[in-house]
Amino acid sequence: MSPAPGLSGPVIHDEVVPARAPWTHALARGETLRIVDLEGNQAVDFLMYAAHDDAERYSAQDTVAAQGNLFLRTGAVLLSNEGRPMMTVTDTNVAYHDTIGGACSCESNTLRYGHHTKSQHACVENFLQGNARYLRNKRDMVSNINWFMNVPVEADGALGIVDGISAPGLYVDLRAEMDLVVVVSNCPQVNNPCNGFNPTPVRMIITAPGVG
Amino acid sequence: MSTADPYGAQAHARAMAGTRVQAMPTLPAPEGFVWEETVAAGGYATKRLNRGARLKLTDLEGDACVSLLVFNAEAPTERLNVADTTKVQWNAYLGAGRFLLSDMGRVLFSILEDEAGTHDCFCGASNEASNARKYGDGVNHGAHPNARDRFLIAAGKHGLTRKDVHPCVNLFKGVRVEADGGLAFQGGPFPAGRSLTMRAEMDVLVVLANCPHVLDPRPAYTVTPVRVTAWRGEPAALVDPIRNATPEGLRAFLNVEDYYAR
Repeated sequence: MSPAPGLSGPVIHDEVVPARAPWTHALARGETLRIVDLEGNQAVDFLMYAAHDDAERYSAQDTVAAQGNLFLRTGAVLLSNEGRPMMTVTDTNVAYHDTIGGACSCESNTLRYGHHTKSQHACVENFLQGNARYLRNKRDMVSNINWFMNVPVEADGALGIVDGISAPGLYVDLRAEMDLVVVVSNCPQVNNPCNGFNPTPVRMIITAPGVG
Repeated sequence: MSTADPYGAQAHARAMAGTRVQAMPTLPAPEGFVWEETVAAGGYATKRLNRGARLKLTDLEGDACVSLLVFNAEAPTERLNVADTTKVQWNAYLGAGRFLLSDMGRVLFSILEDEAGTHDCFCGASNEASNARKYGDGVNHGAHPNARDRFLIAAGKHGLTRKDVHPCVNLFKGVRVEADGGLAFQGGPFPAGRSLTMRAEMDVLVVLANCPHVLDPRPAYTVTPVRVTAWRGEPAALVDPIRNATPEGLRAFLNVEDYYAR
């Protein structure tokens, strides 16, 4: 298959994830996952697990501490809870991405918006469903990445999910530094600006390592 | 004293009774208390506390760094969720009047008093690799124990494993977020004796590790003991000011009250 623009390796998987849906996929070390924000400002909640030992998984806190910065930008190394590189952000044309905002859940929605939102679909539901096929469960939920989501922290500590800084067609490229399984929730939230109040599809393109 | 036979070995062992060191539990805890323990530099402690209990941490010498995990004691798959704790309270920093949230939308602890104001929800626990980079080694049986492995041992004593060790909060050592997302470390020097008092709003398992903060720039492994004190009490009353301070908090307390409505 032909290469994706800006990626040197051949495309080995290309799929559109519907709005509100979970998605899981295995990646081998060296492969690159490109996530494309097709319609703009669609939060993509993202967890990953080492393929051969899923108690090793993405750690937002290790990643943030190692780079001394809350935001994920080009060059960010995404670390596991054991301090090992899982993926590297090799390219993105969005200024920065979030890893402190966590995933929406039915339960936290009751706090943030009211108990009338309890029955709405949420990212933790997608994470649980995506992980279920691997026999993972609630104990496997940890702080995640939110690609294309904007969570600034003001000087007084005020923090919140605000209007996005992504746009249609912008993307992030992630090179796997180990064999791993990615679990995604294409965020269904409709109560805050993380999806522009309108969840939309995203595209997942996986390429093999380039020839250099 | 000969330890060549069981009689001598018994006498030798029993002769240690009454020894006091700085880092040790006091049993029984003083009248009215349920936990009295000084945790060593590099050490850890864990305890089940009932709903309503007060937990006071005192930074005895000014250089403690307490990394904290919290579980629902009766169903430990419910646990501290740091992202929800900051997001739901619309604020990056812990302090008096704020609370620690579980991943089920419930309050695990309310912060009643805070003399420190320097805490951290973002940087998490040191691990063997990060301590090895800074101090030469990071193994728990060496001179530079790391917080993650302390968590693993403490959690293991409740039958919990690696999957149960979740993102933590760090107390007494803090960070502040700069305009570009950068993190400024708040490492002191701080006066001795700063304390933090929290109220358990659920029956909880607490796990504490007292290891240097992962951003601590000092080349030497620097951390000092922390005193842990707990006593019985009542959970938040319906008129409690923390319970009623914000609409998000009120709903989190309503979720706790609903959980215990049986």
